[in-house]
Amino acid sequence: MSTTTQSPTTPEARTPGRTARLLGDRRLPVLVTAGLFLVMYVVGLSRYQNYGFAEPQVFMNLFIDNGYLLVAAVGATFVILSGGIDLSVGSVIGFTTMFTAWLVERQGLPIVVVIPMALAVGAFGGFLMGYVIHNFEIQPFIVTLAGLFLFRGLCLVISKESISIGDASVSSMAQTQVSLGGAFLSIGAVVALVVLAVAIYVLHFTRFGRRVYAIGGNEQSALLMGLPQGGTKIAVYTVSGFCSALAGLLFTLYIQSGDPLHATGMELDAIAAVVIGGTLLTGGSGYVLGTLFGVLVLGLIKSIIQFEGTLSSWWTKIATGVLLCVFILVQRAMTSRRT
Amino acid sequence: MAEPQPVLEMTGIVKEFPGVRALSGVDFRLFPGEIHALMGENGAGKSTLIKVLTGVYSLDGGTITLDGESVRFGSPLHAQHAGISTVYQEVNLCPNLSVAENIFIGREPTRWGRIRWKQLRREAAELVDRLGLDIDVTAPLSAYPLAVQQLVAIVRAVGTGDSDGEGSGTKVLVLDEPTSSLDRDEVLELFRLMRRLRDEGVAILFVTHFLDQVYEICDRMTVLRNGAHVGEHPVGELDQVGLVQLMIGKALGQLEELHDQQLHADVGEPFLRASGLGRTGAVAPFDLEIKKGEVVGLAGLLGSGRTELARLLFGADQPDSGTVTIDGSRIPMHAPNDAIAAGVAFCSENRRTEGLVPELTVRENIILALQAARGWTRPIPAAQRDELVTRYITALDIRPADPEARVGRLSGGNQQKVLLARWLITRPKLLILDEPTRGIDVGAKAEIQKLVVSLSEDGMSVLYIAAELEEVLRLSHTVGVLRDRRLVARIANGPDITTGRILETIASGEDQ
Repeated sequence: MSTTTQSPTTPEARTPGRTARLLGDRRLPVLVTAGLFLVMYVVGLSRYQNYGFAEPQVFMNLFIDNGYLLVAAVGATFVILSGGIDLSVGSVIGFTTMFTAWLVERQGLPIVVVIPMALAVGAFGGFLMGYVIHNFEIQPFIVTLAGLFLFRGLCLVISKESISIGDASVSSMAQTQVSLGGAFLSIGAVVALVVLAVAIYVLHFTRFGRRVYAIGGNEQSALLMGLPQGGTKIAVYTVSGFCSALAGLLFTLYIQSGDPLHATGMELDAIAAVVIGGTLLTGGSGYVLGTLFGVLVLGLIKSIIQFEGTLSSWWTKIATGVLLCVFILVQRAMTSRRT
Repeated sequence: MAEPQPVLEMTGIVKEFPGVRALSGVDFRLFPGEIHALMGENGAGKSTLIKVLTGVYSLDGGTITLDGESVRFGSPLHAQHAGISTVYQEVNLCPNLSVAENIFIGREPTRWGRIRWKQLRREAAELVDRLGLDIDVTAPLSAYPLAVQQLVAIVRAVGTGDSDGEGSGTKVLVLDEPTSSLDRDEVLELFRLMRRLRDEGVAILFVTHFLDQVYEICDRMTVLRNGAHVGEHPVGELDQVGLVQLMIGKALGQLEELHDQQLHADVGEPFLRASGLGRTGAVAPFDLEIKKGEVVGLAGLLGSGRTELARLLFGADQPDSGTVTIDGSRIPMHAPNDAIAAGVAFCSENRRTEGLVPELTVRENIILALQAARGWTRPIPAAQRDELVTRYITALDIRPADPEARVGRLSGGNQQKVLLARWLITRPKLLILDEPTRGIDVGAKAEIQKLVVSLSEDGMSVLYIAAELEEVLRLSHTVGVLRDRRLVARIANGPDITTGRILETIASGEDQ
């Protein structure tokens, strides 16, 4: 068979065409979500112009009211990019509110001492789940489901009643406003934006971040390429646990109480935000910036429903469900085109 | 090849698995600047030797010397840092990352922990360029076909250890069956890259099932049989027949005999007739007749429409023109069920993905098609089932001869036999075999070919598709030649038909 005819490989076959490249571009879903946010915002402006929707503060409130969700969703982005899932987010948030309120109110510890403790507990919880997932090769779904029940149960161990926080330093922290010309942000919103910036940096400019993408793309390959895939996985869940605890602290500040039932099911909001932001649930493809737009879209739905005035808040859930469905179908169409 | 110091020397390598001695005292030498073939049948210990070398398996005995120093690798990463890189048959890269990133991931250039993307892309482009390839390193890997991905994997392997001071440059490159899913042009490009690396002084260990490729590119070869070293020869000193004899450990007569035997066999009435059958984008309309007991071979390049033609005859794809007549009655080819009911069986080329269920046992896999044909409400009596399974395991010499063995654990050749057994058990009148011998060793190949001959003598018609022309020619009464998705010629086989003649037809596109 050494004399088989050959035709030279054509250059077009080697370099993907322009349209194929655009449709296959992984940034496209982020652009779509950003576009959707813009359209919704413009629609809101035209409908509720006379009710103050155009106020810059309405826009800033999106960050203030959803800062904790953004932080939780950023953590979830790491996990989902690596091809995993973390269902314990909401419970860790709820636990952190209880833990913080209990230590500050019942034990009288100053908040500056409580914050690092809460973060350490959340990160350690995430580390443990990652350790179990990696070392015993158990599906993340089931391990983090166990985490979900564990942390929710721990809330009730602390107290069955909600604990409201009257501590002066917590209130002053919660009410601090960071002025931005005509509008202001809360400390929580600023922290959330800082977390977002750090996450973008870590995912795109550090080896750890690229390993997250690599194991999400093909875990077996990552292993054979000599990447420390186990450590990366554990680190990803640790990051998610840390972000959940941080989100819990922001939630505590926002709502100024601890309650065993706080943030029930918020992991699903976080996952929804990540998916609407264009990250593939199968891992390896997506951007944290997309997650920001995912959170903003969810927040904007809430705002619009508030402005509408007559709609029940359940419509938020319905709108989220519809959006999620549409985005998953769009993703499906895009991935099938890509392969 | 002068007699310099070997870059790699493995002496008396022993590797044991529970109950099996996979390698018993294998010696292996690799010199800088050579391409060395590691030959052997499936199960001869090639993969085990490579895995021992690259640190996937630990060593049970013997020594490995790299550049005069005794080494022992605990992991692939460890071996990589010492200068031994491996490219596996399946491309082990991340399709979601860019080409440049795939080349560099794990050792990206950084400053203060920040990845320097510009430098990374520039270095990747330089490396690709130095190796004489034309690949846009910024595109995602998934944008390229498998063959290019394979080249990228080699670029990565070569680049590993070139930077960062972590490694010492790639001295040994192990290529484990890199050509099994590439077509001819792609193989040539791979060979060009291999020669280039050889000339740069890299020692390349090349594993392949294609004997022609060994003679085309390799300088020396080492032959293994049953986990033992049976010879190390310069390629020029051992011809193909000698090599095959070394590999299977017995004379090759059986393969040559087949040809004459086949030509004298008689064929009977027409069994299947396709007229004007075609499907847009798959195969242009064609006429084809297959007689009872006839073996029709399909020849053509990869992608010339061989598989597509077979799928049309099986109803796996819907034809949009033409008719199929089987045994005189017209069959509406709506779905494979129509073809199966008419006595057609199809062994797919992707035995892993389209045929076998690796988690089930040999028995369950063999019985699957027969059970489906009977309908799920009429189970086959256990005694009859076991008798059938045992008969076919013996007839096809499936190893291990254990009906309860999981199919996923079997070697490629034995998996192919299980798939064959599954269809044979339904007693088809026409058996379509799409690349039944791909990726299996010489011994199993000969057995499958013998089986085809005896089936045809029993009156079964066979449509035989194979990439190797010699194989098609050896078995077929009639050879159909495909070119650019068109059946361009039907040649009655005879003593004057040679592979050269077929090649001319493929090349010119007309029957001369």
